[in-house]
Amino acid sequence: MSEPIIRMDSISKRFGALTVLDGLSLQVRPGEKLALIGPSGSGKTTILRILMTLESISGGHVEVDGEQLFHMPGQGGLVPANEAHLHHMRTRIGMVFQHFNLFPHKSVLDNITLAPILTKGVSRRDAEVKARELLEMVGLADKASSMPSQLSGGQKQRVAIARALALSPKIMLFDEVTSALDPELVEEVLNVMRRLAAETDMTMLLVTHEMGFAHDFADRVLFFDRGRIVEEGAPDEIFRHPKQERTQTFLRKIIAAGHRV
Amino acid sequence: MEWDWTFVRDIMPLLLDGLRLTLVATVLGAALAAVVGLVFAVLRRSPIKAVSLSTAAVVEFIRGTPLLVQLYFIFFVLPDVGISLPAMTCGVIGLGLHYGTYAAEVYRGGIDNVAKGQWEAAKAVNLTKRQTWVHVILPQAIPPMIPALANYLVAMFKETPLLSAITVLELMNQAKSIANSNYRYIEPMTLVGVFFLIMSLISVAFLRVLENRFKERT
Ligand SMILES: Nc1ncnc2c1ncn2[C@@H]1O[C@H](COP(=O)(O)OP(=O)(O)OP(=O)(O)O)[C@@H](O)[C@H]1O
Ligand SMILES: [Mg+2]
Repeated sequence: MSEPIIRMDSISKRFGALTVLDGLSLQVRPGEKLALIGPSGSGKTTILRILMTLESISGGHVEVDGEQLFHMPGQGGLVPANEAHLHHMRTRIGMVFQHFNLFPHKSVLDNITLAPILTKGVSRRDAEVKARELLEMVGLADKASSMPSQLSGGQKQRVAIARALALSPKIMLFDEVTSALDPELVEEVLNVMRRLAAETDMTMLLVTHEMGFAHDFADRVLFFDRGRIVEEGAPDEIFRHPKQERTQTFLRKIIAAGHRV
Repeated sequence: MEWDWTFVRDIMPLLLDGLRLTLVATVLGAALAAVVGLVFAVLRRSPIKAVSLSTAAVVEFIRGTPLLVQLYFIFFVLPDVGISLPAMTCGVIGLGLHYGTYAAEVYRGGIDNVAKGQWEAAKAVNLTKRQTWVHVILPQAIPPMIPALANYLVAMFKETPLLSAITVLELMNQAKSIANSNYRYIEPMTLVGVFFLIMSLISVAFLRVLENRFKERT
């Protein structure tokens, strides 16, 4: 049994008076593929944003790869993390957003090479070689010199995946990466993610409303409701035999809304 | 009264000297405004409420009072508290401060217009704050600012005659003193108008080029 690569311990997160996460604990094994499902507003995105340090926490501890994410060793114990510590921690984590967030003023190739060159001191040549390999992998070898505005949504999202992969993170976070796409473009993005899941040992956390995909992709499914993990288990358990009533209700609604399981 | 070309030739050196001072005031004023604007814009974004609010108040105050009053204040009132500066310096400071507040608003709008997701994407690929500004935010924020900044530059240029009120011998002041000592207004004043028109047209054309250059790069 290896050490967990992510260990969240009694995390709470408040926005003003609103409590979004409430004493949440979660451990993720290296290489594990997690699907986070649950109703809107249940805190799924917030979990990913916390791991990416886009959001701070109101209480608790997060450990990534054996080190505290928001704290660092200081005089007489742990002190809040400074910028340098956050940069150090971010090298292990990559994120793909619902709305792609590509850099619109940079070509596809530059989108992918920018961070490796700036943050890892990779030479432009090496960065471009790797970027072209990644573009090949996501099926966009011919788009290297295109601008993001010339791409379809599905293509943009595949570039965004390549951009995150270029930094070789140990952990990848995917936040509803297909929900801003036209239905006919969803599959091309899911295919890329299937390949990633099959061919790499990256740890992956996926927030999704695509239950069929979650079922095939995940080793473990977490059902969120109101800032808590209500139920978790293997995909078959959660999707075929949910124990909690709230999970059952949620899945019934999703199926009624036309999503396949 | 007839147009007198000989008179034009005689007064041209003095007028050109005035034009030189006008251009110097414009260029230095614009440079100062660009920097002051940046400082105001950054301070207004400060997470410390006291800093952002007092900056907003200062900016509002400067924008809400006439440039002429500010120039008088800098040139005639500051010496009373022991700060005497050359007229030209006072003029540049006045222009820079006044137009700096306009520049600050333009900067702020341009920066706010960059999508929030861009900051987050930059963080997710682990760029530093500085790298985020230089490689992600400013290249997107600046091109849309250029037309507005250009307008203020031309507006400032056309307001430089106000400096004559604090004894700077810029173009307008030169023309006025020539006219007063020769009792002829038509040539100096016409030439002032022509000079301003030519310079405005040149700077507008130049800024169009700049604007297009930026557009191509994005
Ligand atoms: N910056 C913020 N300020 C205030 N409230 C916020 C902020 N971000 C999120 N929230 C609130 O936190 C709660 C959880 O949001 P979160 O985005 O994590 O939900 P989610 O499970 O991802 O939902 P969805 O399926 O709709 O994406 C919501 O009620 C949301 O309105
Ligand atoms: Mg969400």
